[in-house]
Amino acid sequence: MPTTAPAFSDATASDSALRRFLFGLPGVDAVGLEARAASLGTRSIKTTAKAYAIDLAISMIDLTTLEGADTPGKVRALAAKAVNPDPTDRTTPRTAAVCVYPDMAATAAAALAGSGVKVASVATAFPAGRAALDVKLADVRDAVAAGADEIDMVIDRGAFLSGRFLKVYEEIVAVKAECGAARLKVIFETGELSTYDNIRRASWIGMLAGADFIKTSTGKVATNATPANTLLMLEAVRDFRAQTGTQIGVKPAGGIRTTKDAVKFLVLVNETAGEDWLDPHWFRFGASSLLNDLLMQRQKLSTGRYSGPDYVTVD
Amino acid sequence: MASAFEYAPAPESRSVVDIAPSYGLFIDGEFTEAADGKVFKTVSPSSEEVLSEVARAGAADVDRAVKAARKAFEKWSALPGSERAKYLFRIARIIQERSRELAVLETLDNGKPIKETRDADLPLVAAHFFYYAGWADKLDHAGYGANPRPLGVAGQVIPWNFPLLMLAWKIAPALATGNTVVLKPAETTPLSALFFADICRQAGLPKGVVNILTGYGDAGEALVTHPDVDKVAFTGSTAVGKAIARSVAGTDKKVTLELGGKGANIVFDDAPIDQAVEGIVTGIFFNQGQVCCAGSRLLVQESVQDEVLDALKRRLSTLRLGDPLDKNTDIGAINSAEQLARITALVETGEAEGAERWSAPCELPSSGYWFAPTLFTNVTQAHTVARDEIFGPVLSVLSFRTPDEAVAKANNSQYGLSAGIWTEKGSRILAVANKLRAGVVWANTFNKFDPTSPFGGYKESGFGREGGRHGLEAYLDV
Amino acid sequence: MSDQNRLGVFKTYKLYVGGKFPRSESGRVYEVTDSKGQWLANAPQSSRKDARDAVVAARKAFGGWSGATAYNRGQVLYRVAEMLEGRKEQFVREVAASEGLSKSKAAAVVDAAIDRWVWYAGWTDKIGQISGGANPVAGPFFNLSTPEPTGVVAVLAPRKSSLLGLVSVIAPVIATGNTAVVVASADAPLPALSLGEVLATSDVPGGVVNILSGVTAEIAAPLAAHQDVNAIDLTGADAALAKELEIAAADNLKRVLRPRPAGADGASDSTDWSAAPGTHRLTAFLETKTVWHPTGALGASGSSY
Repeated sequence: MPTTAPAFSDATASDSALRRFLFGLPGVDAVGLEARAASLGTRSIKTTAKAYAIDLAISMIDLTTLEGADTPGKVRALAAKAVNPDPTDRTTPRTAAVCVYPDMAATAAAALAGSGVKVASVATAFPAGRAALDVKLADVRDAVAAGADEIDMVIDRGAFLSGRFLKVYEEIVAVKAECGAARLKVIFETGELSTYDNIRRASWIGMLAGADFIKTSTGKVATNATPANTLLMLEAVRDFRAQTGTQIGVKPAGGIRTTKDAVKFLVLVNETAGEDWLDPHWFRFGASSLLNDLLMQRQKLSTGRYSGPDYVTVD
Repeated sequence: MASAFEYAPAPESRSVVDIAPSYGLFIDGEFTEAADGKVFKTVSPSSEEVLSEVARAGAADVDRAVKAARKAFEKWSALPGSERAKYLFRIARIIQERSRELAVLETLDNGKPIKETRDADLPLVAAHFFYYAGWADKLDHAGYGANPRPLGVAGQVIPWNFPLLMLAWKIAPALATGNTVVLKPAETTPLSALFFADICRQAGLPKGVVNILTGYGDAGEALVTHPDVDKVAFTGSTAVGKAIARSVAGTDKKVTLELGGKGANIVFDDAPIDQAVEGIVTGIFFNQGQVCCAGSRLLVQESVQDEVLDALKRRLSTLRLGDPLDKNTDIGAINSAEQLARITALVETGEAEGAERWSAPCELPSSGYWFAPTLFTNVTQAHTVARDEIFGPVLSVLSFRTPDEAVAKANNSQYGLSAGIWTEKGSRILAVANKLRAGVVWANTFNKFDPTSPFGGYKESGFGREGGRHGLEAYLDV
Repeated sequence: MSDQNRLGVFKTYKLYVGGKFPRSESGRVYEVTDSKGQWLANAPQSSRKDARDAVVAARKAFGGWSGATAYNRGQVLYRVAEMLEGRKEQFVREVAASEGLSKSKAAAVVDAAIDRWVWYAGWTDKIGQISGGANPVAGPFFNLSTPEPTGVVAVLAPRKSSLLGLVSVIAPVIATGNTAVVVASADAPLPALSLGEVLATSDVPGGVVNILSGVTAEIAAPLAAHQDVNAIDLTGADAALAKELEIAAADNLKRVLRPRPAGADGASDSTDWSAAPGTHRLTAFLETKTVWHPTGALGASGSSY
């Protein structure tokens, strides 16, 4: 059963109770939120701080391939990269996880066995989530059975946007129940929720329903992770822990491609949720091309000269 | 704050600015010594290092500068507005070109973080000249009748909190409207005005149109009381503002005064709390709180007081105080030993009167002038820290129960410069804004400035407006 | 019955404070004469306490008057013109006596004074559009400047122009929502005191205009120093008094409208009140309030509102 904190058990008692709770959350002023995110984006992270941030970012990556064209070979190559990102420098940390579709979970699990890199699988009719609940749950069961350590589900945005918040909540609860020991990441597809007020409400639905992570997006729509929506979700997990004692992770996904971007997100984590979240267990990047940029910057820091794309592996 | 993620030092390079060991007064297009040869030192408030030695103007220098400005006035005011505009556009562009140099200079001389000089002061300085440049040949359309005439020689005295920005607020509209100026920067921050003199030289501005007199209050007094000054513009303390208002009594001098404030920042229970907390921080800790329009009184609705205070303290604990040239510094140095002593004394009064003090846990550097971000709770309207302008990083927190009470408390001040309103309810914003006796009201934001936006106070915060179309009136014979 | 046989009924001239017609609390009166020195009436000689009471009345009226809609204020000012029109003959008589004008010249002055109320009645809902507006700031903010009344304004009425000058200094002050404490011309106070009677019957709320007669310096000094007066119009002061009052006014930074231009004899009352007024007196007692609010953008970055 989901562990809804006692303080909020009433909030999910009925559709109307949940609606009242969500509409009682403080509003979000978009300009102020974006200004704060931009201001934190001006932090200048240099030398030792940059080295720390690069290694931390690498260790937080859910190295992702979610293509119709994925094959076992592609997934194995990605797994190898996750375990050993820079063959020229064995001190490079491994990534947090490899993220694949459910039918590739077994391949990934085999390739990563014993490496410490987790297998994450998207599920619940990713990315649209437009399937019956039992189909979604079967999708989750499959992935878990195939060895997924982590499940990345999508919420029912249609239900959310039409105001059926309890349906969204209950679906997350049901998925969580199927996860067993696997950790659950709940994807809101923030680009489709459109407003910051909605993102805050979705964050609370996810947290109340037992999410282990709240995640911005699928990477499949026009707007994915932004500093502002990630900042907002970091505020949500910070507040949730303050009120319930339960810590929940955050995963921005999609559109984070450069070291500079990744470092900005880590600054957001550091100065919003705090250093307790500066750990792969509590913060992830859903990304693929980001890794090579981090590796090139890492090489630059250790050698003093700029690296090039031929000096990192393409997988 | 010790953290796993320690930001390494990221200092802006000092080498972009070349400060000479000494500077003269800028009169009639030339740098010149004071008539009596007096000089004074300007120090960097973050290190107490002597940056330079500058001439100290006296009454004779004031007279010389006013004469130069008077002489220049005839031709300058007769220039077609379009030509004056081009000079101002040139100045705006040169400021943009030299903005990094000026930002570093300002940070060294003032003590404020490079983040602020780089991202706030300098962009606003350039924008202000650019804005008023465009007015110079459009004065017929400004709503003050056809062919409005300039006043003559403007005597301008500016404070140390935004040295170059205050210079821009004074000089740009004065020149656009055809006046000539004699400007006295504050004694603790003379350098950027002297660099501005060099920008005037680069722009080819005719001699005597802008004169810069570095010096102390005696020079300022000699300037505003000089019989051949037609216009007095002052930004600074209310006490000096009142003295100026007395000194011009019975003359034809036109006066604008931008004085003190004790801005109320009102947080309602339906506020966007996270943004409100940011607004409270920006409101009182921007420029170490050395801002006349600072939101130095937080009025928070009792039903969310604990939540807001917890969030505020948590946020203040993340502020980074230290080397102003470090790009990650949020809180720089207090401008002078004198100002630090004032702040310290008022905070001691606050404690003695029973308000509860909380200061952010941060280490203060061993040299220079520093004060940790501080807030007082259990404050009532009767406390000194709720009434007197502290002009430092000190926030007084008061509570209220109803909108009426919030407005009554907000207006219960001799000042009336700024106020803030935080609520998600639009009609409440408009109703409260309507009732507040303050010249600038920020709703769901704070401390925003723009050259197009008039700025200035009600009551003892002064009179006249700077910025926007309204800012022209102070320099026109209307 | 012919006029020669009937003894006329004199009017006891009284102050106009808070919508009422009190005598001076000091119990003093002084003789008011016409331009040839003939006795006209005894006028109240106001004291500093009368000034104090008038400020209290003006402050009390400020909230309601400044909060009234501009349209409503315009209608009230227009009503003043209507009432004055109806009592024209009385004012022609008083102005002729006070200023030593012929009946026809006095009638022209009264006509002009009535027309001045009409002119200012039309300004109440336009001055905000002329002197305020939206400011195109460089950021995602809605930014609007609007003029607001300064508060309680002490008005020293012109010394010579007992009605047209008087109306020309009162009407702009109240048109914009201020309330006024008016010091009538010491030598020619009767039209001012009679104007109080017109205002009282014109829907002008009590306390919006308060009219005191007496020795200008005696009444003006406490007003200039009063901490609850926001502004002072020195039109009726001579140069020496104006300077003294401006110094006193600096104590709480009152907005000061200086007498201008000074005449050759040092008298500051050389203004031609029949000239078109312009907006100067309207804007002299306005504060500009600028309100900012974030706007954001619709969907520019996917999640921006």
